Amino acid sequence: MQDSTLIEVSRLLKRFGPKVVLRGLDFHVRQGEFVALLGPNGAGKTTFLRILASLSAPSAGRVSVAGCDLPRQATAVRQKLGVVSHLPLLYGDLTAEENLRFYGRMYGVDALEKRVGEVLTLVGLTSRRRDLVRTFSRGMQQRLAIGRAILHDPEVLLLDEPHTGLDQDACEMLDEVLMQVAARGRTVVMTSHDLARVEEMASRFDVLSRGRICSSVRRDALPPDGLLAFYRRALAEATPPVEEAL
Amino acid sequence: MRGFLRALGAVVWKDLAAELRSRELLSSMLVFALLVIFIFNFALELDAVARANVTSGVLWVTFVFAGTLGLNRSLAVEKDRGCLDGLLLAPVDRTAIYFGKAIANLVFMLVVAAIVLPVYSILYNVNLFAQGGLLWVIFLGAEGYTAVGTLLAAMAVQARTRDILLPILLFPVVIPVLVAAVKASSGYLQRLPMEEILPWLQLLLAYDVIFTSIAFMVFESVVEE
Amino acid sequence: MKSQPRLLIGLDVVTVLVMAVATYMVFGYAPIERVMGAVQKVFYFHVAAGWVGMLGFLAAVVAGVAYLVSRKPVWDLVGLGAIEIGLTFMLINIITGSIWARPIWNTWWTWDPRLTTATIMELLYAAYLMLRQGIEDPERRARFGAVYAIIGFISVPLTFFSIRIYRTIHPVVIGGGDPTVSGSFSMTPAMGATFAVSLVAFSFLFASLLWHRIRLGQLGARVEQMKLKLTE
Repeated sequence: MQDSTLIEVSRLLKRFGPKVVLRGLDFHVRQGEFVALLGPNGAGKTTFLRILASLSAPSAGRVSVAGCDLPRQATAVRQKLGVVSHLPLLYGDLTAEENLRFYGRMYGVDALEKRVGEVLTLVGLTSRRRDLVRTFSRGMQQRLAIGRAILHDPEVLLLDEPHTGLDQDACEMLDEVLMQVAARGRTVVMTSHDLARVEEMASRFDVLSRGRICSSVRRDALPPDGLLAFYRRALAEATPPVEEAL
Repeated sequence: MRGFLRALGAVVWKDLAAELRSRELLSSMLVFALLVIFIFNFALELDAVARANVTSGVLWVTFVFAGTLGLNRSLAVEKDRGCLDGLLLAPVDRTAIYFGKAIANLVFMLVVAAIVLPVYSILYNVNLFAQGGLLWVIFLGAEGYTAVGTLLAAMAVQARTRDILLPILLFPVVIPVLVAAVKASSGYLQRLPMEEILPWLQLLLAYDVIFTSIAFMVFESVVEE
Repeated sequence: MKSQPRLLIGLDVVTVLVMAVATYMVFGYAPIERVMGAVQKVFYFHVAAGWVGMLGFLAAVVAGVAYLVSRKPVWDLVGLGAIEIGLTFMLINIITGSIWARPIWNTWWTWDPRLTTATIMELLYAAYLMLRQGIEDPERRARFGAVYAIIGFISVPLTFFSIRIYRTIHPVVIGGGDPTVSGSFSMTPAMGATFAVSLVAFSFLFASLLWHRIRLGQLGARVEQMKLKLTE
């Protein structure tokens, strides 16, 4: 099973009216990979992740997650996905454990109380389980958001800029949780701007530019000058010379 | 089917639990409802004679205005913190989410009615509970109203102009429910014979069925991209 | 740039001709009604405009369903165009009705079921336009428009039916009706012919306007696309 492909995207196209955001994107992820999706603002990272998350339908092309096609078999895919977006997706007027309990019921999690306890321990919020989420700091909310995403033990974890707005400590705590998830053989796809941070974590780096994956490299094949240099080169190659654009 | 009911129950429970804690939605609906009644009192000179004819109208206008407030809030909460995405990410039928929200909204409207009715009874020294049928009419009217209202509020909160949009979208659509509810209520309040009330009750029931099923059918297109 | 299709030019010509014939028949051919006099002539275009209004709203609901099923942007253009035309002609219908009602019913406005329903319908489809205005993403705008067109179209007959249970004073000319209702009359054959031609003329007008509106929308979309290409 080590080599099986879990996410398969080919020739994905996404249009918003006349505007084409993703133009023929190809993307494959094997089970257990930790893919960092890099790219400038407006490259289509969030759009792509929303399509993978089944929240947005592709205009054309094929998307399949764990053998199920999107958007046709969306419900089956949803069961296998955990998603963290830059919004917390939590209810401020419910406590931490009530939020988890609610989402646990939505996902049909077995032995819910036990699982909620486990997840709260994992994200380090056991002591505040009975506090309203409204009173949480941004870092705590983000940790609980991750707890919400892994509650049903999904095969794939999708994260959209999870570090945005977090301070140093919160980032490290977040990374620790993520590494624990990844260490259990779960597949992770994460968009990020923080190259230094993902360089330590991810096993593969994909650069998204102008609606396509323009470069991809495994961590063990990274050039000696590091991720930043690789990223800059990838973008420079992807951006066509000015004459060609006109 | 079990998964459907479980998800539906979870959404209802979540809305009620959050509301029980913050009481934001209910308290604003209630205060607003009472204010409307007081404004009507001065605007219409609600003396005993006038009251007999307009009580049902006043009550329904009150419910409808307060209901708009509640519907907007109930769906805005989902939209603002990305919770709507959270709901949509769950592997459940979209209609379970719709019915969950609609039932929670119906409960909120009925709670408001349960407080407005006795207050109105005390203020005007009438017993609105003397006619049990009126409670049925309020239930049926509120059901039809929240069935369409939940759907349209889900659209309104996704628009740029959302704060002003819901009443404009909702009122012209929901008029048939209102006409039937007002007529049936005033039938009970004026103690008309049952055969004069019954047609309105049947209409109200038919409208409820029509609006609920159409909202049920199109809800997915409102939330799915 | 695509030039106008032949068929559309033909349709335009036919529309202009048949509208001219209808106008002539209304003023030159149809007899003056005995009781009401010349103001009765409003009737021909009044009903025809109402017919186009209903046709527009019906087309919009069909387009709405088609859009939700196929997700083809052209159905959104059809729906929007049909509603814009429907709104305009329903307004013509209400105003001409008002002009007629002033001398016949002695008032500009009564709370008659058809009048009330027609006006609620105007408000409903005005709300449709406002909904669209508040949404940036064209795909979502099309989806919500389709949903609202469907809901609205189901609500309108229910509104009419509810208000109908109150007594109506609006004349029912087609298919008999209560002769005691103020303002009703029986049509002579010449009147009937004029009425039929008016209906046909307005139907052509509707088809032609809708086609032009769809083309306008498509051209607008192409302009948008070209603009985007330039800025990229």
